[in-house]
Amino acid sequence: MVDIPEHLLKRAAEARARAMGQAEESSGDSGEQETSQAVDADTSEVATSAETGKVSSALLERSAPATQTAESPTGPGGHTQRLLTVVKAGSIQDVKALPADKVHTWPHLLLGEFVAILLVTGFVLIFSIFVNAPLLELANFNETPNPSKAPWYFLGLQELLTMFHPMVAGVTIPGVGIFLLILAPYIDKNPEKAPERRKFAVSLMTVHLMFWAILVIIGSFFRGPGFNFIFPWESGLFFDF
Amino acid sequence: MSQNGTNGRKSPMDTLKKIGEKTQGSQAWVSIFRPGSIFRKGYADNPRNRSYVVMNSVLYHLHPVKVKRHGVKVSYTLCLGGLSFFLFILLTVTGIFLMFFYRPTAAAAWDDISSLQTSVTFGLLVRNMHRWAAHLMVLTVFLHMARVFYHGAYKPPREFNWVIGVVLLTLTLLLSFTGYLLPWDQLALWAVTVGTNMMGFTPVFGEQVRFVLLGGVDIGTDTLLRWYVLHVLLLPFVIVIFMAIHFWRVRKDGGISGPL
Repeated sequence: MVDIPEHLLKRAAEARARAMGQAEESSGDSGEQETSQAVDADTSEVATSAETGKVSSALLERSAPATQTAESPTGPGGHTQRLLTVVKAGSIQDVKALPADKVHTWPHLLLGEFVAILLVTGFVLIFSIFVNAPLLELANFNETPNPSKAPWYFLGLQELLTMFHPMVAGVTIPGVGIFLLILAPYIDKNPEKAPERRKFAVSLMTVHLMFWAILVIIGSFFRGPGFNFIFPWESGLFFDF
Repeated sequence: MSQNGTNGRKSPMDTLKKIGEKTQGSQAWVSIFRPGSIFRKGYADNPRNRSYVVMNSVLYHLHPVKVKRHGVKVSYTLCLGGLSFFLFILLTVTGIFLMFFYRPTAAAAWDDISSLQTSVTFGLLVRNMHRWAAHLMVLTVFLHMARVFYHGAYKPPREFNWVIGVVLLTLTLLLSFTGYLLPWDQLALWAVTVGTNMMGFTPVFGEQVRFVLLGGVDIGTDTLLRWYVLHVLLLPFVIVIFMAIHFWRVRKDGGISGPL
């Protein structure tokens, strides 16, 4: 059973009382008789207080129900409207998207982006003024540099090449790595997003990233002639961007 | 202000102001800047105009009118995704400049780069910018991936955008790697030799993969042409398509992720 709010009950009873008063002579209704009787007591109070109140007579006149004429169509007991049901908020319209705390893209986001772009452009420009991109001698097939190194982002793979068969180091491990990366959202079923509630995934990724970072650093700075392990502060750098 | 001269002549500032107003009122100006543009005459900072700035400009392809408040914080995104995109644009601009002075043949490539550095105005600077921006882009794309992972932003409904992101990471690496060969110096030749030797170990069809990539059994002038076309045309074309899908999905999947 739905709890009908107090004020609606009151309003309904009031309207019914008014209708009853006008439809006295017409044949009474049968089903709703007893319920209307029950609320009659306090309804009459409301009605009297309204009449004796401070509301101006002109307004009262305007708000008074239209006088019933015999031919006007009314329901049982002269009702012109009735309360069918009270629909609670959220019972029909289920609002899924709660209002989010939003700000205007302009200026809040665009200004930030503009500043970030300026900073990066400035950084690249100034860095480029002072540091030249490498250009070694013309490519020569007969002169293999020692060591020969891949671009830095592939040096982790080249590092693996010292430990595994080329097929494993160069194809299988990076292939499986990329495949697992693609599948990450389908493997990780934990719906939590905060790092403290997904410690396993966060640790796994950190270990994974550190693994590659360390391999790249070793391959870049700690590998000398013959791709042998060296210390850069002893034997010098064998690395070019 | 205009009355400061005894003979009633207008000050240059006043003339400038008048010219500015006249320009802003001209049909050409009004036709270029749509209603709500900050460059229009009498732009007022109010919510309606703030919406129009985005809605009535080409920016609407990239950004919604409103974004989540937490997503605007630099500490949340570190600007990594946006900067990756910006670096791509910077690389396109500097790369187009370089294309004017470069021929992708074994006989000419190294000489072209060399004379670009010594006898072309800003040649050295632009080549440096292209090189460093490329390395930086690999870094920002990589860090962007890490950021997205740590925020759990790859979880539903954003799974597929993560997949596209991994593809973009791979394409970025390929773009960088194909560009690495183009100067045709010792660094380029032997780095690419190491890299492509690894690809040759692909099971079953490794030899074929290597042959297609090199345009022959060894690195040579055919490889240079092939990698040049990959670097300046094919891979940028593909990556732009994937970027378009990536950015579109960001919005379709409910904007930026979070808050945590």
